[in-house]
Amino acid sequence: MVDALIEVAGVEKVFSVRRKAGRLRRVREEVRAVSGLDFTVARGEMVGYIGPNGAGKSTTIKMLTGILVPSAGRLRVAGIDPFARSGTGGAAGGRLRLARRIGVVFGQRTTLWWDLPLKDSYELVRRMYRVPDATYRANLERCVELLDLAPLLDVPVRQLSLGQRMRGDIAAALLHDPEVLYLDEPTIGLDVVSKAKVRSFLREVNAERGTTVLLTTHDLTDIEQLCHRVMVIDHGRLVYDGDLTGLLAAGEGERMLVVDLDRELPPIDGVPGARTVKVAGPRQWLAFPAEASAAPLVAAVAERYPLVDLSIREPDIEDVIARLYAGGTATPVAGA
Amino acid sequence: MADGVLETAAPRTERAADAGGRWAVVVHGLRTYRLLVWMWIRATLAYRASFAMTVVGNFAATALDFVALLLMFSRVDVLGGFTLPEVALLYGLAGTSMNLADLLMGSMDRLGSRIRDGSLDTLLLRPVPVFAQLAADRFALRRLGGITQAVLVLGWALAHVDVAWSVGRVLMVPVMVLTGTAIFAAVFTAGAAFQFWAQDAAEVQNSFTYGGKAMLQYPPTVFAQDLVRGVVFVVPLAFVNWVPALWLLGRPEPLGLPPWVAFLGPVVAALLCAVGGLLWRRALAAYRSTGS
Repeated sequence: MVDALIEVAGVEKVFSVRRKAGRLRRVREEVRAVSGLDFTVARGEMVGYIGPNGAGKSTTIKMLTGILVPSAGRLRVAGIDPFARSGTGGAAGGRLRLARRIGVVFGQRTTLWWDLPLKDSYELVRRMYRVPDATYRANLERCVELLDLAPLLDVPVRQLSLGQRMRGDIAAALLHDPEVLYLDEPTIGLDVVSKAKVRSFLREVNAERGTTVLLTTHDLTDIEQLCHRVMVIDHGRLVYDGDLTGLLAAGEGERMLVVDLDRELPPIDGVPGARTVKVAGPRQWLAFPAEASAAPLVAAVAERYPLVDLSIREPDIEDVIARLYAGGTATPVAGA
Repeated sequence: MADGVLETAAPRTERAADAGGRWAVVVHGLRTYRLLVWMWIRATLAYRASFAMTVVGNFAATALDFVALLLMFSRVDVLGGFTLPEVALLYGLAGTSMNLADLLMGSMDRLGSRIRDGSLDTLLLRPVPVFAQLAADRFALRRLGGITQAVLVLGWALAHVDVAWSVGRVLMVPVMVLTGTAIFAAVFTAGAAFQFWAQDAAEVQNSFTYGGKAMLQYPPTVFAQDLVRGVVFVVPLAFVNWVPALWLLGRPEPLGLPPWVAFLGPVVAALLCAVGGLLWRRALAAYRSTGS
């Protein structure tokens, strides 16, 4: 990997929490939020970062933005170590330098100025990041067009709906041409139309500008539609890193062949690699491994049964991931 | 990792900023502060009637405690040995410098709630020192009302106090205002730093800033010696007005300190600002390693 934009090696974050023990006594406890985190993300990749609540997703994002200092390990983003003390600007130097190269969107809270009209927020961003005029105008124009922001520019942020605000936030994060875009639950609470708009915009940004994208989400459709690569974190450890198909295999996902026969028949059997899991009148459901091909299966059924119609259902990714979390045993797949 | 390649690929503006080092960061912070303040002023002035009302309200609220002072003087001629113009001088100095500091960075006391609701993190994501962003946040132009009131009282006092004016004495007046503002600003900074550890520390900070102002508006002679000692040596608020104003009025210093102490104000203010800045840096670094 020559052009690794994000490099994380052995990163660990331990929080020290004080817990009440008796009336006055407090016990210090160490909570390991993230441990032994190792991965790299290449320039232009779009990676989904998923895991149950409290698994360490946000902690990782905070470390990758330079807000939170890791307890151990090495971390570089766009060639910058956000925690380097030697940099100019003292302890904050690395963080301030990195800030110009990254864009961040938090689904749960806005980075815009609540009481100011959207366009004032953008103007502030332009000056804070010292975006050259031409770049700023081009980027703003493009975001306004693709995200339908024109009617919102004069509206104070607090009056925007959640979907409008999210679009406004995403635009704000891209005005300074960041090399990496971190999105922490960018589609949370959005309606179907807004979600679709956000996703298609992210796809465009990634394809056109080659912006590297790392997004956390609970909505697996985001991952299916956007990311070639998925990282799953659970209890602070990376339990999976690879593509979506591999994730299904790791989670023992199954696809489903649904066949309509021309009449009611006993459950289909004797088809290698598949088992019949349900029968309802002339319709039958056959489960087979997610990574297996459906073609020989369909051929085998068609040869021996009066087949009228058929469809294939992809495995439910939510189930797969739930299984992965519960098991926690899936062997980590080597990173890309 | 191809370090050099990535570094040279960095935008020119950034490299320029790096070359200037820490200074460039400070300058960019100040510029951003000015920019944010200007933005808030514009937003405030969009609703002129409401702005005018809040300024008048602010003026009236601070004027009330001066009315209390006037009522006291309708019964007595001197308070702790000080005449009305002399007390008004102390009042005007304390009010002007405290209200100025409050205008410039009074929003720092919202830090605690920003930590609680997580919005501090959004400030940390920007390439500008957090301090500048916090100080300018919701810049409250209405505090001009309080400043105006204090300046009016100060003006009246200066016209009526019995002082043999010399160049030095005249110069002392702006020096006192600036010193006082810097001292209160340092207290605001230290208070903000403590909010990283105790998010309700804003109340403690208020007792030093607003409470300190209320105390300094009266002559030191009406307070117990130990309290005065604390205000001189522990939290040196006395250098806002008491110590230098006593020199201006030609009065003995109640703790019997040598006369040159009256000129130490700027030094004390600079030291306090340095301590405040250091505390702030420490606190922010601790926040970044604990995340809470």
